Amino acid sequence: MEFRETIKAATAALAVLVGVGAAFSAAPANAADRMKEILERGTVRIGVQGAFKPLSFPAPDGQLQGIEVDLAKSVADALGVKFEPVVITTANRMQFLQQGKIDLIIGGMFDTAERRKIVGMIEPAYWTSGPTLLAKKGVIKSWKDLAGKPLCSKQGNLYNRQIETEFKAKVIAFTGNTEGKEALRSGKCVAWVYDDIVIMADLATPEWADYEMPVGVLYDNPWASAVPLEEKDKAWGVFVTGMAYKWQASGKLIELAKKWHVTPSAWFAKQHEKLHWDTSYLEARK
Amino acid sequence: MLDLMAPFFRNLYERTGTNFNVFYDRFEFDRFLGGIGTSLELMFWSILLSLVIGVLGAWTQSARSRFLRIGVNAYIQAFRNTPPMIQLLFFYFGLGAFTPQIDMGGYYQPIISSFTWAIIAIGIFGGAFNVEIFRSGLEAVPDSTLEAAESLCMSKWQVYRHVTLPLAFRISLPALTNNLVSLAKTTSLAYVIAVPEMTYVLNQVWSDNANVPEMMLLLFLFYVIVVTLLAAALHFLERRLALPGYGR
Repeated sequence: MEFRETIKAATAALAVLVGVGAAFSAAPANAADRMKEILERGTVRIGVQGAFKPLSFPAPDGQLQGIEVDLAKSVADALGVKFEPVVITTANRMQFLQQGKIDLIIGGMFDTAERRKIVGMIEPAYWTSGPTLLAKKGVIKSWKDLAGKPLCSKQGNLYNRQIETEFKAKVIAFTGNTEGKEALRSGKCVAWVYDDIVIMADLATPEWADYEMPVGVLYDNPWASAVPLEEKDKAWGVFVTGMAYKWQASGKLIELAKKWHVTPSAWFAKQHEKLHWDTSYLEARK
Repeated sequence: MLDLMAPFFRNLYERTGTNFNVFYDRFEFDRFLGGIGTSLELMFWSILLSLVIGVLGAWTQSARSRFLRIGVNAYIQAFRNTPPMIQLLFFYFGLGAFTPQIDMGGYYQPIISSFTWAIIAIGIFGGAFNVEIFRSGLEAVPDSTLEAAESLCMSKWQVYRHVTLPLAFRISLPALTNNLVSLAKTTSLAYVIAVPEMTYVLNQVWSDNANVPEMMLLLFLFYVIVVTLLAAALHFLERRLALPGYGR
């Protein structure tokens, strides 16, 4: 008797699971043409970070502001619809996009091969970041100055090994960023290595006034906006691709960097030059 | 040694995707050996420090001076009742800020390194327990035995040296084994102050190579083997020192 009850309960549980699974897998299939849907709805829902200075963070009045918010607004303006920001987190943004809760992510997302299997990454990328150094003013002039010296970092950072082998630095990795920065402040290491965008945000605060970012990034890690995978080559994806191209070609990104007091790395000028359409042939005809 | 193992483990990786790269990659192998060395050194010195503290502390507890006794009790309460990880962070970041350091141009070489802080913190943590363990041993020596020793005209020091201490040590040995084994495992916490011991090193290896399950297995085996050997050595000592018929 008891055995039969167990079987019944297990079957019921299995049925629920299958049902839920089917509902989830069915969701993307019945998504109609997203471009049409957005225009009919009259609003575009864009996923942005909630507290990521200077990319997307709350203004004193509670409204979101920052570089990514400005980019998102330019998308809404071009479409002539209302902009509805949706605060996403790093862990849930791709799920939000898959489930149709948002139409587009402009939320500090690295473009990786793994993620390209899940969401429609928009080319060209709109931003970049990479590992660089935070050090007391005048101590470091190039990456080579690290040779044989202690460098603070975080455990698990992918570039720790590269820095150890290439520049012969003694990497002291802590469990968190706070500990690493505290160790730098108390002079336990000559510099702290982390993402340049985070270091820039630190440098904007008075407690790091005596510090600087003395070297360029170790490598570039481009950030892409993303649409649902099945929309990538449809009207919506192609439209956003056009926006992303214009951000680069028109120099809007470099302008935004200036507006929000960020020093744009060499990557921006290079991309701008590459994507800016050369119109000199017009003048030659004159 | 690496040249001997490397072909097997490289082959294993290529065939099955099981990546024990510390056994074929020179850079990772050196890091792995460094981790073993640091871990063993850390265990040795912190256990030694904890034993010294334990003996001295237990002796002080029976001292005449009230201040000494209160001091030892305060020490036991403070270090037995706080987590060892917090103690490590407290010593390294809290007290580390006040210790003298040498200007190396851009950074400072502290007189007390993170490795030394780890020995101090873990040694003091284990010592707090050892004091209590040794005290229980000293108190368990029967009064009648001590009286018998006194009646043989032994001096106070002779009684302590030839009767109390040998018996107390044997009585406290099982509890001591437990504490020292636990202390050896506690050394893995030194990764929070960036001491490159086994946990720290393998954490970095698996972050670089995405071979978490393999390195977890290795880390687990490392502690199993080291701690088993330590416990075996202490049990051997216990058997060697056993007094026939005593305590049975």
